[in-house]
Formats: sequence, C-alpha cells, structure tokens
Amino acid sequence: MMKNLIAVLTVVFAIIVIWYGAAFMMNKQWTLDQAERAGTTVTTSEVFKDTMAQERPQLPAPHQVISEIWKTTVEKKITSKRSLIYHAGITLSSTSLGFLMGSLLGITLAISIVHSRAMDLSVMPWIIASQTIPILAVAPMIIVVLNAVGISGLVPKAMISMYLSFFPVAVGMVKGLRAPDTMQLDLMKTYRASAWQTLIKLRLPSSMPYLFTSLKIAMAASLVGAIIGELPTGAVAGLGARLLAGSYYGQTIQIWSALISAAVLAAVLVMLIGVLQNITLKRMGMLR
Amino acid sequence: MIWAIAAILFWVGAWALNVYLSRGKLTKRNKFLIPLLFGVTILVLWEGLVTGLNVSPIILPPPSAVAAKFASSIPILWQDFVQTFVKGALSGYIIGCGSAFILAILIDRSPFLQRGLLPVGNFVAALPVIGIAPILVMWFGFDWQSKAAVVVVMVFFPMLVNTVQGLTQSDHMQRDLMKTYSANYWQSLLKLRLPAAMPFIFNGLKISTTLALIGAIVAEFFGSPIKGMGFRITTEVGRLALDMVWAEIVVAALAGSAFYGIMALIEKIVTFWHPSQR
Repeated sequence: MMKNLIAVLTVVFAIIVIWYGAAFMMNKQWTLDQAERAGTTVTTSEVFKDTMAQERPQLPAPHQVISEIWKTTVEKKITSKRSLIYHAGITLSSTSLGFLMGSLLGITLAISIVHSRAMDLSVMPWIIASQTIPILAVAPMIIVVLNAVGISGLVPKAMISMYLSFFPVAVGMVKGLRAPDTMQLDLMKTYRASAWQTLIKLRLPSSMPYLFTSLKIAMAASLVGAIIGELPTGAVAGLGARLLAGSYYGQTIQIWSALISAAVLAAVLVMLIGVLQNITLKRMGMLR
Repeated sequence: MIWAIAAILFWVGAWALNVYLSRGKLTKRNKFLIPLLFGVTILVLWEGLVTGLNVSPIILPPPSAVAAKFASSIPILWQDFVQTFVKGALSGYIIGCGSAFILAILIDRSPFLQRGLLPVGNFVAALPVIGIAPILVMWFGFDWQSKAAVVVVMVFFPMLVNTVQGLTQSDHMQRDLMKTYSANYWQSLLKLRLPAAMPFIFNGLKISTTLALIGAIVAEFFGSPIKGMGFRITTEVGRLALDMVWAEIVVAALAGSAFYGIMALIEKIVTFWHPSQR
C-alpha cells in the first residue's frame, strides 16, 4: 500500500515537473517577442518568471490554474455567474438526471433482454451498434431539435448523457442478471418461484457487483455527455460553456480550470459510487 | 394518419414474426435475420410516423429524405469523410495507439512505474478528456493536425491501461517454461507475453475506434477549415438542414461500425486460440 502510494506520488510529481517545463518552453516565445518589441534584452531567469505569470499563456503553469480555481470557487459567491461552483452545479444537475435516466433505461432493457429471447436476439446487436455512432457529434442537433419541440433547459443535455450511460449499464446488467448458475436457477424452480420472484430474490442480488462496476463507467460517460451537451447551447452556463467561452476569448487559464474541475467532479462522482458499492456489497456479504 | 397506422401495424407484424423466429432453432440465418428485421422495422416506423403525423422536416426528416440527400451530396460527404476520418481520426488513432503500446511495453519492464502509472492512467481514462479539445485546437491550429492530437490524447490511456493489463496475463507456469527454454526477454515477450496480451490489446483497440471518431468530430466544434463532419454538422444545424445532418450521421455511423468491424475481424484472426473466439 505504502509502496504504491510512493510510486503514484512520484508519477504525479513527475507530471507536475514536466508541466512546468512545458509551460516554460511554450510561453517563452511570447516573452521574447515582447522584449524584442520593447527593445530590451531579458535574462533567462526573467523569462522564466514571466512565463509563469502570463495573463494568456499558451500553457498556464499549475499554480496559475490552482489560484484561478481558488479565486472562482472560494472567493466568489455561489450565485455569481463567474463562480465555478455555479457552473459545476449546472453540469452536475444534468449529469445526474441523465445518469438516472440512463441507468433506469439500461436496467429495464437488461431485464427485458434476459427474460425475452426475441428481445435478446433483435435488440442486443443494435444496442452494441448504437455505440459505434458518435452520438457526441450529433449533440448540437439533439439540443436544437428538442428546443424546437419546446423541450429546453436540463432535459436535452440529460438526454445525451442518458444515451451515453445506458449502454454500459445495459451490457453489464445483462451479464449480471445471467450470473446465477444453473444450480441456483434450478433451486428457484424447485421452490416453484415465478419469474418475478426469481428476478427479485436471485438475479438482482447476484447482479450487484456488475451493476456497480457499470454504474461507475456510466457516471463518467454521462459527465462527458453533459459537458458536450453544453457546448451548442451558446455557452450560457456549465463547465462545457466555460470551456467554449474560454476557447473563444483565448482565456487558457479559464479553460484549464474548467477542465480540472470537471476532472475533480468526475473523480468525486465515481468515488461516491465506489463508496456505495463497498457499503452495499459488505452488507450483502459479497465483500470481505 | 393511414401512414402512421400502417407503420404501427407493420411493427406489430414484424415483432410477432421475430418472436416466432426466436422460438425456433437458432440457425445462422435467423441470427442474422432477426436483428435485420428489427432494424428495418425501426426505419419503417420512423418513416410512417413522420409522414403520417406530418412532423416538420426541420425537426425530424424521414429516412427517405435522408437517403435522397445522401445520394445527391456524395462528393461533399466524401470530402468531409476524408478530412475528419482519414486525416484526423485515423492518423491520431495510429499515433495514439502506437505510442501507448510502446510505452506500455516500457512500463512493463519496471514494476515501480507499473505501480505508479497504472492508477494515474486509470484515473485519466475515466476523465472527460474531450475537454482538452479547445486547448489542442489552440495549439495545433484549425486543420486536421489538431484533430489528430485530440484523438491521440483520447485513445492513449484506454490503450495504455489495456496493454499493461494484457502483458500480465501469461501465468507463472508459462513464464517458467520460457525460462526453462532459456528464452531471453525479447523472445519471451514476442512468443509468449504479447500473444497472451492480444485479447486485451484488441479490447483497447476496439474501444479506441469509437473514441477516435468522437474526438475528431467534437474537436471540429472548436474551429475547423470549411470541411469536415463536425463542421458540416454544426453549420447545417444552424441552417436547419437536418437531412444533411442526418446524412453526416449516417456516414459517421457507417465509418464507426466499419472501423469497429475491421478491428473485430483482425482480432478474430489474431486471437483464434482464445475461448471467446472458438
């Protein structure tokens, strides 16, 4: 455990060092150009100092991003449109709505696939094929079309998240619901259990490990869906809108801070499911 | 109205046929026919409901209109396809998967790096990496190079994690056997560990196909020359020419499925020995 931690920390430290190096290399040109125009010469240490504190650097240094995040989370009111927490909250709401809808759809599909051979044979290949369609690419169209029908706000973004997140859940749950072996299924038959009873008392409980694993993937996918869904709404609000606005106005620090907060949000959400998984599986006696 | 009712009747009939077919013996023909019938049903239902209920083509064009648009604008679609798929996605895919593969083999030699990089790689693989697109577009310009860069970043970590995991798949007995043969590192890598890793490597390659296409298209939202699938989709949505958008979606779906299919086919040839292929 300790050994692993040291190894991970070393890698993270190496990444930060590389990041600083890259920031210096990429921002150097601008500083040199400025100096040339002003007709002054700069020493290397001055260049280094400048590359770490530019307003619109090619690659902001890590501490710049962190101070930007600090400024836009802790020092701003949550209701302010410049607060990252406000934007993250908007992204989070459509992520969680899409995640809920996607998981429900996935579980429903899996249950019907396990119980009906016709569903299995006709729908399953299309579920897999549906994921080769780059849905993110059509996100703008979905938003515009749903807007035209009068659905706007949270739901269109959540639809994209749903489309991305139902797949891992459906596939994982089909596997999970089929996890009980023949002996167990035979026992249920001996008890003269109905299909419903078998589902509730045998299939669902034994699918729990599969469910949580796929929920983690689905959560990450629906966050991506929500962020992409925010791009075509004209950069109003949300982490995706921050990304787009940042790229329009060349605010690299803003892009990176939105990116990092998206990463933190993803990590927290996935960890939350991990905790839930631990608690559930422990109480069910599946985890020791 | 007649259209809609006819479509729904067709759906009921086709579903009944599917139920009947799936009750019978599962021949190779049925295994192909049942999903096909389901796909056709969806198209018929879509066409029938859109024409029957007079849905505006601005909201949802019927499949026939999409097919007509597709047929009449093949040169544009081909140009977009080359720009986005061949130049952006494919080159990024090759660079990304190739470098991840090489790095995985390097990591594999050092247990320390393995312990350190794997958790980080797993973490990054779960992140919304696509968000890096605007930054890379800023760095590499509007043309296909920036799209390829986005694809590289997107496919890198799934591929890395899968390859590293695959390289640990050969078991002790097999490695001991290689030692008994006094095989050196490269021999045991080439003859035992890489072949044993193939199912995992192909898993990474298959996941990456879809990611590559998504990355290339989404990167175009942040700036592109006046061709490319992502560019076309955004501009045509702006002009409410949804039949063109759907034609692009068809191209994307065909390209994505074909790409995935080709990788799956190669996998079948390479890993013929694996239980899941037999």
